Amino acid sequence: MSQPSMSEALRGVVRRDLLLAMRHRSDVAMSVFFVVIVASLFPLGVGPEAAVLRTIGPGVLWVTALLACLLSLGRLFTADYLDGVLEQTALIPQSLAVLVIGKVFAHWVVSGLPVVLLSPLLGLQFGLGGESLGVLTLSLLLGTPTLSMIGAIGAALTLGLRGSGLLVALLVLPLFVPVLIFGAGAVTSSLSGVGSEANLSLLGACFVLSLTFAPWATAVALRIALE
Amino acid sequence: MLQTVTLSGSRGQRQLFSDVSVTVKPGTLLAVAGENGSGKTSFLRILCGLLSPDGGTILWQGKNIRQLKELYSSQLTYIGHLNGIKDDLTPIENLTLSACLAGDDSSRTIVQKALESVGLVRPIHLLPTRVLSQGQKRRVALARLWLSTRPLWFLDEPFASLDAAATNYLTQRLHSHLCNGGMVVVSTHQDIALPTDSIQHLRLTR
Repeated sequence: MSQPSMSEALRGVVRRDLLLAMRHRSDVAMSVFFVVIVASLFPLGVGPEAAVLRTIGPGVLWVTALLACLLSLGRLFTADYLDGVLEQTALIPQSLAVLVIGKVFAHWVVSGLPVVLLSPLLGLQFGLGGESLGVLTLSLLLGTPTLSMIGAIGAALTLGLRGSGLLVALLVLPLFVPVLIFGAGAVTSSLSGVGSEANLSLLGACFVLSLTFAPWATAVALRIALE
Repeated sequence: MLQTVTLSGSRGQRQLFSDVSVTVKPGTLLAVAGENGSGKTSFLRILCGLLSPDGGTILWQGKNIRQLKELYSSQLTYIGHLNGIKDDLTPIENLTLSACLAGDDSSRTIVQKALESVGLVRPIHLLPTRVLSQGQKRRVALARLWLSTRPLWFLDEPFASLDAAATNYLTQRLHSHLCNGGMVVVSTHQDIALPTDSIQHLRLTR
């Protein structure tokens, strides 16, 4: 009897979501523009003082990346839920948690990866130098998929509820805090010459922890939503 | 063989059906009827494992589906009330991805043939599904049955929005599936033009 292998199912989910993202380029561009515009407004509002910009830069860039992730979470499961694709996904003879990883990966490619790629450019606006730019990029590379995975739990828990956008924010923002602290902390440590290894290691631990538990928790929440 | 033993289900506080014991043998179709809100969709979703029953058990080849999990999912094809297709993808893309995820043959020739089997010919294959009519979208969803090699089909109001030609295509497909020893559970308000000895009827009442 036909049964897709785990990698086939994973590839299928990623391919479908990326294809859909290509058909909705404006949605993808919105997240990127949001990050660029917000990050660019801060230097204009705060003023050209290099020391001040360097101090607030890591925090501002990280909060911007976090809000961009939050902004795009609504797209993660809602459309699939409304058009019946989620039902079909739940009936694929593979673990739903694995399929969730595929969906979260596609979400990260569309909303998180552009932020990671743009971060060196955005960091320059805040006067960040060579090493701290590298740390910023690395921290976002570890942190943005973690945000997507944590966000997926909130998106799944609020699926089908009225006012789910606000609820997602209330649910996931407290869980985003450690990622924000370690991510921004890594760049700040690098700027002050203390070394960013400790913060990056903690960020890596958050990534591993979320990769271990978030897909499973999201799958359970999705099954509840489908009932 | 699919078997339900004293199955009962509810939505919220409302009891929909209770003590439903029925057996679907290879080569037979179970037509589930009942007035609106009687729980036909819930019954099908419970049989698929998408919903939990209030009580009773569902057995597939003598084993509880709760224990079989993905093994059971690999035996069934479900086409629900919602079409389960993406409006922004073309019928070809929708079917190819759906077949790929189900582990069925997703080659372009096979997928095109499936679409042609439900009367969807070029250039409809290449249009975004959003521009198709409700009936054509339903045909795209039902085209999955021409790709499915699974023995157990659950179809929720499959004839809704279909014209006479599409109804005929679907009936023929159901007939060939039953002739090959397949099983079908279908919720419908209309009579199905299949040999009467292959159809069982179940009317859900509260």
